[in-house]
Amino acid sequence: MSSGRARLLAGLSPILLSLLWVGLAAASAIEIYEFADEVEERRFQALSQELRCTVCQNQSLADSDAPLARDLRRQVYEMIRAGRADMEIRQFMVDRYGEFVLYRPPIASHTLLLWGGPLILLLGGLIAAGVVINRRRKAL
Amino acid sequence: MIRMLIPLIVFLGLVALMVAGLQTAEDRKLVDSPLIGRPVPAFDLPGLHDPDARLSNRDFLGQPWILNVWGSWCWACRVEHPFVERLGREAGIPLLGFNWKDERADALEWIGQYGDAWTAHVTDFEGRSAIDLGVYGAPETFLIDHRGIIRHKHIGPIDQNVYDDLMRRIMALRSEAEA
Repeated sequence: MSSGRARLLAGLSPILLSLLWVGLAAASAIEIYEFADEVEERRFQALSQELRCTVCQNQSLADSDAPLARDLRRQVYEMIRAGRADMEIRQFMVDRYGEFVLYRPPIASHTLLLWGGPLILLLGGLIAAGVVINRRRKAL
Repeated sequence: MIRMLIPLIVFLGLVALMVAGLQTAEDRKLVDSPLIGRPVPAFDLPGLHDPDARLSNRDFLGQPWILNVWGSWCWACRVEHPFVERLGREAGIPLLGFNWKDERADALEWIGQYGDAWTAHVTDFEGRSAIDLGVYGAPETFLIDHRGIIRHKHIGPIDQNVYDDLMRRIMALRSEAEA
């Protein structure tokens, strides 16, 4: 091996190591569950991504390796296997942990601003742009 | 002149929002339990000292009681332990230890080392009843009234302020039960 390549490898090794570490960390959060079909498995993945791990509040159940997240993933898995609907599973979690567990909050009176906010901002921007364009056109 | 000030006003508004956000950040971390005001979820769990002795939520009906979630792995449980001991001595109502996601040997050793302040313990090594209770971290302390309704929940270790607050609430629940 030429010294240039060796130096390049030595320089890259921390990056490679950290990539490996990220891979391992991601793998450690996943247990092996057997599903009847692919639909069940997809539902499991989707649900554990939209439910928040309440201990580690800015991670989803799918991302977290906390013991409680593992318990809750098991709960989701068992409920899917028992034939419960996604709505029921979500409601089960909300009944116990509050709406906070949902990464996608429901549309209700107290979340109207949250959901409508971006739309209001967009409309405001469009109106402002319209006014500015109109004025410049008149000035010409 | 006023038009030139608009960006400044917008900027100051954003700063004000950010400061307000920082100041309420701590409160937003505390998740209110949806179980407050509702009956304590049914459980029937093995004891800690004697795995054959089972305790259920119905065993405490007729008087207020305290449910304290702990584990030997839980660092903050050691911090709050002096106050849990005082609760056990001074509250005058049952103080149930809810040993969560622990190992029996570890839990018994912990109690041997720091002292058993609780009236009794139940164990939930798999964490299934804890999900029903909406537990998301230890320690947590629930106050339950004489009809079995959860009236208050404290998340995190008990310190002097929390202890005073808990005792005030416990006294209110006791007089409610006697009335």
